[in-house]
Amino acid sequence: MAGLYVIIAGAGKVGWNLARELIEKGHEVTVLEQDRRRYLTVEQELEHAVQYGDATELWVLERAGIQRADLVVAVTGDDEDNLLICQVAKEKYLCERIIARVNNPRNLEHFKLMGIQPAVSATDLILRLIEHEVPRYGLVHLLDLPEERLEIIELVVAEDAPAAGRRVAEMALPDGALVISVLRNGSGFVPKADTVVEAGDEVLVVLDPGLEQDITREFVGNSSDG
Amino acid sequence: MFVLVVGAGRVGSSVATSALRAGHTVSVLDEDPLSHERLDVELGQSWEEAGGRFTIGTALELDALIEAGIDEAEVFIASTNGDNTNLVVSQIAQRRFKVPRVVARVLDPRRAAWYAEQGLQTICPTQIAIEQLQEAALAES
Repeated sequence: MAGLYVIIAGAGKVGWNLARELIEKGHEVTVLEQDRRRYLTVEQELEHAVQYGDATELWVLERAGIQRADLVVAVTGDDEDNLLICQVAKEKYLCERIIARVNNPRNLEHFKLMGIQPAVSATDLILRLIEHEVPRYGLVHLLDLPEERLEIIELVVAEDAPAAGRRVAEMALPDGALVISVLRNGSGFVPKADTVVEAGDEVLVVLDPGLEQDITREFVGNSSDG
Repeated sequence: MFVLVVGAGRVGSSVATSALRAGHTVSVLDEDPLSHERLDVELGQSWEEAGGRFTIGTALELDALIEAGIDEAEVFIASTNGDNTNLVVSQIAQRRFKVPRVVARVLDPRRAAWYAEQGLQTICPTQIAIEQLQEAALAES
């Protein structure tokens, strides 16, 4: 992923740090910030990579060179702004990739309605981690791919779990679930059918949504239930 | 007709009161309770007694839109003081609730024009002011 031109709307904590990381990785970045004081602060570090202006205005986007942008990331603190910036980037300027930040997770459905994907909500991500109750199920939700109807979870194999000491091929996994990697003693590998999974292994599983319970039964066992 | 007005500032409240006087069913959604007083004053009587509906809430809350009656609305007017709110909420009315007639107030002329091309009816007070000023100042007398 070399040499992208990225426009970032919003020089808050997310936008500023994102710009820093992308520049360090060798990408070209323009950050747009509508607050004069914030702009002056950020400009001391980012210099010409930040411009002053309201990114919902078309001329501001055009001045930043949106016509040649490979990626537009809208991370202002205002969901309407993020939605509209991504909408014009995608539909008016035909930018191929957009990423939107959702501040209030209740607005997520508005982003979906307008076809703005991916829309990322930090609150929503943390909420999901809490709701999946990591200690109880021993299962961490890593990634949802709603379009593809798939998710990826991570779990630690418990001492008394049915899977401990079993070969992958012998596991009672439901259809629609696949062990894609095993982490043991700090290094990971892709398991084969005859790989024996041990207690304490961290396992990544890709699965159809709704199969979490069956997976948990196999890897976590009974001791940590309830 | 059932008319839902989101944002009852100077523009929205005038449109709401004239629609009510014309015999339409009118529901107003605004986050500021003060807007309710403006409606009473403009109407010269209590908004509710005259048959109007008023809901306090912000435009992007689906619950507030539903409480204000968006499911029955035949006309939806987005007239808050923010272009971005108007553009988002009018698209929600159009795409999610399938309101037959949606009109959004957009001050930014370029975006008003572009969204109009995309099939959203926009009214741009700035553009109207520009044209009238040019006419008043530069027309041959």
